[in-house]
Amino acid sequence: MTAITHHIPDALLAAYATGNLPQAYSLVVAAHVSLCLDCRATVEAHQAAGGVVLDSVGAEPVSDRLKSGVLDLLDAPFVPEPRFQRSGVFPGPVVEALKGKPPRWKSLGLGVRQSILAADRDGSVRLLSIPPGQAVPDHSHNGLELTLVLEGSFRDETGRFAVGDVEVADQSLEHTPIAEPGPACICLAATDAPLRFNALIPRLLQPLFRI
Amino acid sequence: MLAVRDQRDRAAFAALFDHFAPRLKGFVMRSGTSPAQAEEIVQEVMLTIWRKAGQFDPARAQVSAWIYQITRNRQIDMIRKDRRPRPEELDQDPETGPDPGQMLAVEQEAGQLKQALTRLKPNQREMIEKAYLGELTHQEISSQTGLPLGTIKSRIRLGLDRLRHELKELR
Ligand SMILES: [Zn+2]
Repeated sequence: MTAITHHIPDALLAAYATGNLPQAYSLVVAAHVSLCLDCRATVEAHQAAGGVVLDSVGAEPVSDRLKSGVLDLLDAPFVPEPRFQRSGVFPGPVVEALKGKPPRWKSLGLGVRQSILAADRDGSVRLLSIPPGQAVPDHSHNGLELTLVLEGSFRDETGRFAVGDVEVADQSLEHTPIAEPGPACICLAATDAPLRFNALIPRLLQPLFRI
Repeated sequence: MLAVRDQRDRAAFAALFDHFAPRLKGFVMRSGTSPAQAEEIVQEVMLTIWRKAGQFDPARAQVSAWIYQITRNRQIDMIRKDRRPRPEELDQDPETGPDPGQMLAVEQEAGQLKQALTRLKPNQREMIEKAYLGELTHQEISSQTGLPLGTIKSRIRLGLDRLRHELKELR
């Protein structure tokens, strides 16, 4: 594995650590942190600061039965939290979003495929598979788009992005990412706006096709 | 906490409860949660601490940091329908055991952070509290002059490096 050169900006890591980052972005952050010790250390540093705030924000007396209730439940059976580990090129959080199954790819034409992991009014997150030499379909994004490379690599006007790298693009960035030679480039991409593939499907049909 | 983790010591857990349960309740109520619902969250967080104690790594976090993360996960899971995405958990190597120097350094860095927090002006401190209560968006956070996190980050990074050989095996 080559070194990761494009990380997640600190403000996004802080928003993730403090729990105020939309779900779609949180998945990209969790996936990158699974691959990147540097960003993991930043998230954990924010958790340390959170712990300091937790410790100093002021206590409220708890009722007596709360303690006895908790102590009584220590031996109660419980369902352990599921643990999702890496599977192939997919980090644990992506495997969790896929519910442990392989992605269900849908063709977007020209060999480009996508698999939508989640989409709602607040944004969407999906896997993209782009054959070498092919551009990510022409899309305009408003808002913020995070793209994490899981396999292969792409290049655009701002640089080269390989496995583990994250591109952070806002509406001011006009770019044409093109997959480099080698295996198909598989990315995890999150946005807070519905993506528009103007050339492919009229906008009116977007909600129907979830594009 | 280590007695809870390694010996499953109930008396130690009761002491942990006495320290953290009122703080947790105060923390959760700061976001406008009712006292009754706050106690429900405290109960679930305290039980998670007992059940997941094996995941606590003193080479990377002081206890309050670990509990903060569990608490925020719990709060967010309740608000959102979906589970908040979590990074892969890193297992500790049972062979190496804890490094006392590293543990102490993590404690000391956390103590420094606490002092830095108390030295802030009231309005700055309030913004920091808002941020860690999860009330600031990333756009709002980026304009904040935050706590000095550089040294504790480097220290945590050292703790992570100890796990590194395991990471390599995963790749
Ligand atoms: Zn990173």
